[in-house]
Amino acid sequence: MLGLALDLLIAALVIGVALWTVRTRDDFAAIVGFVAYGLLLTLAWARLAAYDVALTEAAIGGGVTGVILLRASIRLKPVVTVRKPISARILVGLLCAAISAGLSAVVLLPMTPAPSLATEVRAHLAGTGLGNPIAGVLMAYRALDTFLETVVVLLALFGVWSLTPDAAWGGRPVMAGPTAAFGPLPLFGRVLIPVGIVIGIYIVWVGADAPGGKFQGATILAAMWILAMMAGLTKAPPIGRWRLRLLLAAGPIVFVAVGLAGIPLAGAFLAYPEALAKPLILLIEVALTLSIAATLGLLVAGPPETASGAEP
Amino acid sequence: MSLAPFDAATLYGLLGAVLVGIGLYGIVLHESFMRRLLAFNLLGGGVFILFGVVARRGAGAGFPGDPVPQALVITGVVVAFCATALAITLIERLAAKDEASDGDHKS
Repeated sequence: MLGLALDLLIAALVIGVALWTVRTRDDFAAIVGFVAYGLLLTLAWARLAAYDVALTEAAIGGGVTGVILLRASIRLKPVVTVRKPISARILVGLLCAAISAGLSAVVLLPMTPAPSLATEVRAHLAGTGLGNPIAGVLMAYRALDTFLETVVVLLALFGVWSLTPDAAWGGRPVMAGPTAAFGPLPLFGRVLIPVGIVIGIYIVWVGADAPGGKFQGATILAAMWILAMMAGLTKAPPIGRWRLRLLLAAGPIVFVAVGLAGIPLAGAFLAYPEALAKPLILLIEVALTLSIAATLGLLVAGPPETASGAEP
Repeated sequence: MSLAPFDAATLYGLLGAVLVGIGLYGIVLHESFMRRLLAFNLLGGGVFILFGVVARRGAGAGFPGDPVPQALVITGVVVAFCATALAITLIERLAAKDEASDGDHKS
């Protein structure tokens, strides 16, 4: 009973901040509402017993997405929200409510028995050497999805970099404000970053057997890098540097190399020979962690705006 | 087919359905790209939650939820972030371009 009351409270809060995010006239208030939404969804995921997803939502949905939205709110001029006429709002509201009602019907009239692959995952998990079923799905059964995802992350960065103004090509993205070095941020960074790096690596490592994993851990590592850049403790690298590009591509390259090696060794692309499954998965995870952390950090930093920071 | 019992999974399923509606409302009615992007992410959160409910109802074999949809949601959250990052950069660039052309008109 207490559990259901808690669920009702979480659901009411999520709907409240979602409505706030859509309805407020102030762009900045909408961003703050969205960050709160991400954090509250984390609670919903935890209540759905999906702890791996909860960690991802906290790190990415509430965390780095919030940072990137705040970056945009500083660079963009506030736009005055003009309310549409009441008739349009009512019509759109009714149509959207109809879609919600349709989805609710699907929720209320589920298929029985519920579709599930849990039994199959359990049956083959031992062969991967992993204890966390989510890691097993990501790294073995649906490794192709995960591989393509890492490529998508890289492609998004290509997209962001291709929006660099011509004059700034090859420069450094700038994260720190002019007064960053005098504020409390450098001290905060020096205290938090060492702890954050340890936690990030721990989350990656523990992900084999418990909730956690490379995406969640890499996001924490990326956040520490972002904090260091924002506090002016370190500069973003020039985007033309080839060592940086090698680091960004290392994860997908290792992944595809192991995948191709699977064709002669285990009979299929992205299949692992059973005896080597755990070490190979670890190898891929370490390479992916470094690449994803670097890519996420640079996605948040955005394209370089001036060539002034090109070389020190 | 029979009516689902009113448990936590059903409650969060209804939450997901409502969030999709709220997000869609924002996407249709807002003119600002930034606000549309936020609304699109609200919608995405609702879709992910619906998928999480499917996972929760597929609990079995000693797992509290079906790990396959859960893993796919993790992939989805990361991809959604990448798309958001790209969209924000596009919006910023568009705004910078508009500002530059406004300046040209004045001079």
